Amino acid sequence: MNFSSFREKVVYQPLLLGAFALLASGALAWMSKATGDAIVAAEAADLRTSLGEVLPAGFADNDLLGDTLTIERDGWPVTIYRARQHGKVRGAVFKVAERGYAADIQLLMALDADGTTLGVRVVKHAETPGLGDKIEATKSPWIEDFAGKSLRKPLPEQWAVRKDGGAFDQFAGATITPRAVVKAVKGGLAFFSEHRQEILGEE
Amino acid sequence: MSENLRRVVKDGLWDQNVVLSQMLALCPAMAVTTSGTNGLGMGLATTAVLVAANMLVAMIRHTVSSQVRIPVFVVLIATLVTVVDMAMNAWLHDLYKVLGLFIALIVCNCAILGRAEAFAVKSSVLAAVVDGLAMGLGFTGALTAIGLIRELLGAGTLFAQASNLLGPSFAFLEMQIPDYGGALLMILPPGGFAVLGFLLAGKRTLERRLQARADKAAGRAVGVTA
Repeated sequence: MNFSSFREKVVYQPLLLGAFALLASGALAWMSKATGDAIVAAEAADLRTSLGEVLPAGFADNDLLGDTLTIERDGWPVTIYRARQHGKVRGAVFKVAERGYAADIQLLMALDADGTTLGVRVVKHAETPGLGDKIEATKSPWIEDFAGKSLRKPLPEQWAVRKDGGAFDQFAGATITPRAVVKAVKGGLAFFSEHRQEILGEE
Repeated sequence: MSENLRRVVKDGLWDQNVVLSQMLALCPAMAVTTSGTNGLGMGLATTAVLVAANMLVAMIRHTVSSQVRIPVFVVLIATLVTVVDMAMNAWLHDLYKVLGLFIALIVCNCAILGRAEAFAVKSSVLAAVVDGLAMGLGFTGALTAIGLIRELLGAGTLFAQASNLLGPSFAFLEMQIPDYGGALLMILPPGGFAVLGFLLAGKRTLERRLQARADKAAGRAVGVTA
């Protein structure tokens, strides 16, 4: 029996499919292992750059990546990077996430000791290119709006996009994305005020 | 053979253009073409995957039986896209930050499965690679054109943020019409469909004119029915 007639047999089909599924899984597993470390390293480098972007220059004199604290939030650990000047905690940086249009939008936000936002940056998102990706600082200055905001300014009920009667602009073609970002930042501010003393290391 | 390859290139770039003739892959084409830069980025990333997918499919064409070819191709393409995604994330991280959004969208690009099914599975590896390249570049051209028109009418810019994608030396491509408020509709989905419609009409009209001229030149009866 030659190959071309064997190829038409029923028994060949599952064998072929199985072989390809196995090959594909193998290729993915190998690739995941080969790239894992490099991806972690690249993301750490990104984090360091982002930390520099959310904090004003000269705000801290310590290495933030080496001064961390982990607090549980809704069952998930949140790593808090503390910014110190002369040993005293002046502010904190941590990640918040909120479900956007396509997937979770991860943000990095920096707060000073009073709970006022110093800066917010998007670390990771999968929003639609050209519509939702205006939350990136390189594509639009929209995200700069959060600097200087706190739970007292604007008032909590004003923490929404304009379409929902709030104080923040949404942008053309995308409402879900800015809505998620506003919600995430507000949640981050509330989280900070709940754990303020713990984060600042005060009694 | 070279005549055949020339045919393949011409089909890919124009006669059988993925978007403008086959009307395939309209979902990614409409979704990302809000600017010329996005169209170009999506087009180039797709071209890379298309060439690799065509090549692999042509290589395994004698092993795969026609009964299960579709699931095999789907697994192959999905794996390829994921591998490209991970490799770029790890080793070309800066580029990934710009193109990363587009990579995952390539999985659902029916043009890639379409070319595997319609061409690569019946062709030599060389012809399949040439076809992938030509189809990919035709796709890139169409996406960039749609993106540029929408961007120009919608936001009054051309190739905005091209330096993010191609590097700072391409900043000269970025242009802006001063004092132009923009027509938001063109950036929104209806604008995409409108631009695509006009481009399709334009291409057909141009082809009909060229055909009529060729007929005339060949001395045949000029009987173009409307």
